[in-house]
Amino acid sequence: MIQRQHDFIRRMPEASHDLRRRRSLWQIIHIDPTLFFLLLCLTGFGLFILYSASEGNSGLLRRQMIFFVIAYGAMFAIAQIRLGHFARWSLLLYLGALILLVLVLFWGVGAKGAQRWLSVGGFRFQPSEMMKLAMPIAIAAYLSNKSLPPRLKHIAWSLVFVAVPTVLIIKQPDLGTSILVATSGLIVLFYAGLPWRYIATAFAILLASIWPMWHYVLHDYQRSRVLTLFNPEADKLGAGWNIIQSKTAIGSGGVDGKGWLNGTQSHLDFLPESHTDFIIAVLAEEFGFIGVLCLLLLYVLIIFRGLFIALNAQDGFQRLLAGSITLTFFIYVFVNVGMVSGLLPVVGVPLPLVSLGGTSLVTLMLGFGLLMGISTEPRRITSNR
Amino acid sequence: MQEPQQFKNHLLETRTFSARILVTGALVVALAVLLLARYYSLQVVNYENYATQSDNNRILVQTVSPQRGLIFDSKGKLLADNRPSYILSIVPENAPNIQETLKLLQNLLTISDDDIEDFYTSLKGNRRPYQPVPLSYRLTEEEIARIAVNEYRLAGVEVEARLVRDYPEGYLFAHSVGYVGKINDREWGKFTEEQVKQYQGMHTIGKIGVEKYYEEMLFGKVGYRHVEINARMRVLRTLEQQNPVAGKNLQLHLDSELQKTAFAAMGNRRGAVVAIDVETGGILAIASTPSYDPNLFVTGISYKDYGALRDSPYIPLFDRSIQGRYPPASTIKPMMGLAGLSEQVISQSYKIFDPGYYQLENDERLYRDWKRTGHGIVNVHKAIVQSSDTFFYDLAFRMGIDRIHRFGTNFGLGQYTGVDMPNERRGLWPSREWKRQVRRLPWFPGDTLNVGIGQGDALATPLQLASMVSTIASRGAHFKPQMVKSIDDKAMPPVIINQVEADDRHWDFIFNSMRAVVHAPNGTARRIGKDAPYLMAGKTGTAQVVGIKQNETYDSEALQERHRDHGLFVGFAPYDKPKIAVAVIVENGESGSGSAAPVARKMFDAHLLGRYLSPATPPVVSRDSQPASFVLQQHLSEKLKLAQLGVEPRGR
Repeated sequence: MIQRQHDFIRRMPEASHDLRRRRSLWQIIHIDPTLFFLLLCLTGFGLFILYSASEGNSGLLRRQMIFFVIAYGAMFAIAQIRLGHFARWSLLLYLGALILLVLVLFWGVGAKGAQRWLSVGGFRFQPSEMMKLAMPIAIAAYLSNKSLPPRLKHIAWSLVFVAVPTVLIIKQPDLGTSILVATSGLIVLFYAGLPWRYIATAFAILLASIWPMWHYVLHDYQRSRVLTLFNPEADKLGAGWNIIQSKTAIGSGGVDGKGWLNGTQSHLDFLPESHTDFIIAVLAEEFGFIGVLCLLLLYVLIIFRGLFIALNAQDGFQRLLAGSITLTFFIYVFVNVGMVSGLLPVVGVPLPLVSLGGTSLVTLMLGFGLLMGISTEPRRITSNR
Repeated sequence: MQEPQQFKNHLLETRTFSARILVTGALVVALAVLLLARYYSLQVVNYENYATQSDNNRILVQTVSPQRGLIFDSKGKLLADNRPSYILSIVPENAPNIQETLKLLQNLLTISDDDIEDFYTSLKGNRRPYQPVPLSYRLTEEEIARIAVNEYRLAGVEVEARLVRDYPEGYLFAHSVGYVGKINDREWGKFTEEQVKQYQGMHTIGKIGVEKYYEEMLFGKVGYRHVEINARMRVLRTLEQQNPVAGKNLQLHLDSELQKTAFAAMGNRRGAVVAIDVETGGILAIASTPSYDPNLFVTGISYKDYGALRDSPYIPLFDRSIQGRYPPASTIKPMMGLAGLSEQVISQSYKIFDPGYYQLENDERLYRDWKRTGHGIVNVHKAIVQSSDTFFYDLAFRMGIDRIHRFGTNFGLGQYTGVDMPNERRGLWPSREWKRQVRRLPWFPGDTLNVGIGQGDALATPLQLASMVSTIASRGAHFKPQMVKSIDDKAMPPVIINQVEADDRHWDFIFNSMRAVVHAPNGTARRIGKDAPYLMAGKTGTAQVVGIKQNETYDSEALQERHRDHGLFVGFAPYDKPKIAVAVIVENGESGSGSAAPVARKMFDAHLLGRYLSPATPPVVSRDSQPASFVLQQHLSEKLKLAQLGVEPRGR
């Protein structure tokens, strides 16, 4: 008995100490250490590959480093904002992004017949990137207010929220981004508990609409990309060139690769877009199957950490958002890694956090910033043991 | 089901969400495994394939052209040379607008529409990306400078130095040395696999003449260079090199001074001159007139130029010396006389009376002599000197076609001479068998008579006639005529085909008769024998082009030029120790003594006395000039047909 009392007395200060210590340094600065460490590993590895892909173009590399600094800064900054604010301002954020997308249609600039950029005072950015975050935030905020699983009315509204920007982005045209934006919204619906029968129905409709889509919606170049997937040899020097060369680069890497900076496909310019969309082919050529394995492992670990954060999130909005950000990130990876290896048609999706390019990097890191925020949000109910 | 469920069921929501996160986790793992399987398939299972493909991408096997062997004449004069030439080509992948570029280039240089057409043809052909397409050859220094100045406007335009075949002697050896030209599709089709390997990346191949016959030797062996290239076909470094083997140099028996003399002597007449070294069978000169400039063909002849050559009534492209088949006419009479003597059909003193015609028993037809009044009493000597047809009708009749055929064959008549030139024709030395097989007719005695004076079905090329007379000159040593004297300083030994056996006194007798043709006051070629510082021997011939009907006389004045007889002459010199044997044919030259014999004299003078001649104007057919004095209107092939059908023979 005395023993127990003693125990109680002994434990009390400890317990209160423990309560205070719960807010660790990581929590104070709103950084999830595991995720942060994995991201550092991935971006570091990415820089290595990019160095090889850019053939020691130091200017290019320096620019990318600056982007990394900006992106990490943005991640850090956004992680500090209370998640409640995003939920509150979600509609405004969404509408703002939508307006910019409309502006792009009229005043957008770009290359190769696509208008994707807005240019403001020499600074160019892609409103569709902004939508990648605005969309899941808006839908997560909208659905988390409702009782879940969502009712038909709310599903319908959510679909409208998804459809409008998607159509605007398709118009640019930018099929890759539009798919990602739409998916990021639909994933929220999925996590909100969209009944399986709806999902099944949606898939059925999707399958049924392949034929009309093919004939009436897709552009010629998009059709040719799909056709190329099945038979790249048909147009060796044209549409098939990219995929043939990337498969050659990957395949010739073998198990352990040709060695860093020794990739012939990329260094002799056979591999197109070697520092942007097709950068994994450079990795596969120089580091072989082992390199690919390591990279995919890093991605899977990051995604698992994201899913873990989503599981432990504190309210409906946060977990929907965390789930969507994480799964969207995986879709990025899957689509890119799949298309470069000839598993999926070529759509313009960069390899996240590795491909050259600032805008997508910043968007992604902002997403991770949100994840960090969710992960380190102070517990509202502390005695939930 | 509607309104009451407004309250959030947190527990249910959390459970649903957690379940879906788990589903997601499983999906992520499954898809990641799918991706890994894909990369495993590419990188581990199919590694060999892709590694090979990657090497094929970056490693280009370039052929390194061997230097083509040079061709010299017997005195060391260069007949076929390789000269650096600047070639303008375009890399279409680097030229933003090909039409614009071409237009600009046309302003800067002289580029014909033909060149442009050729360019587009090659552009559409089988071609690796970034492989340059040639547009213009033989750029001048000034043109190169103009391109350099305008380089910034000419993206994709390249100037490259390449060795191009050059024939410094031009028309002199167009038919004999021949020329190289672009490899055409038909030639590609006929190549063996090994040849395809050899000629990949090569531009030209021997087309005619020695250039074609000795193609393999002149060509050498290509070398290979394995280079690493990037996607724009830019060569970055050489990985491996196997050096080419240069082609062998050829020295010919030809003497370009003598060849020039042949052209000068022929003037603007059509025909052929062949001179053979009696002691070896080496061809000292071989000319077919008119000629043309072989350099036109080397980098691809323009349609206009080619059309002019092809359609010219003087058919310059036709090599009369080894492909033209003419009735040998009286030029075979010395050979026939020798045959009669050595077969003991006649004796040296055998005589007949020549009334101006010959008649077979039970045949009303008159086989006429060229001299209507006849030569009176003739023996074999007189028959050769004055070219009596009647005597040789009689001789032929007595000898019979079988013996005539056998004897003539020993002199190479009707046989390929085996000369080292392509596309030689072998003429025709008729026999019973030939007539049965080809004409499906029996042999008639009249046929024998016609053959006996070198008419009827008998046909021979100028080279065959030269070889025949050379065989006589060497007293029976029938050499294979040869163009090449040595290959890379290794002498080609003379080749004897057969030795014609005959008594020395018969040889002496025939020699003497042939000398009299030139040097006796009544010889048919006495005009060329005048004031010659050496003795020569020969025989004239006049080959009929148009058939003369019975009872009709030949009136050269009335006949159109193209229907006039061909003039022939065969001979050798010096008489005592023959060195050079010559055969000359002058198409529509009317008579052998008047047209062909003087050419032979000039050839003898040149070779024996060094009195070489040069043509005043090159006897060449080109786009811009059709020599005025070649008044012929008709194709030779038609004429030859006429000659072959010309039933009524007459010889002189």
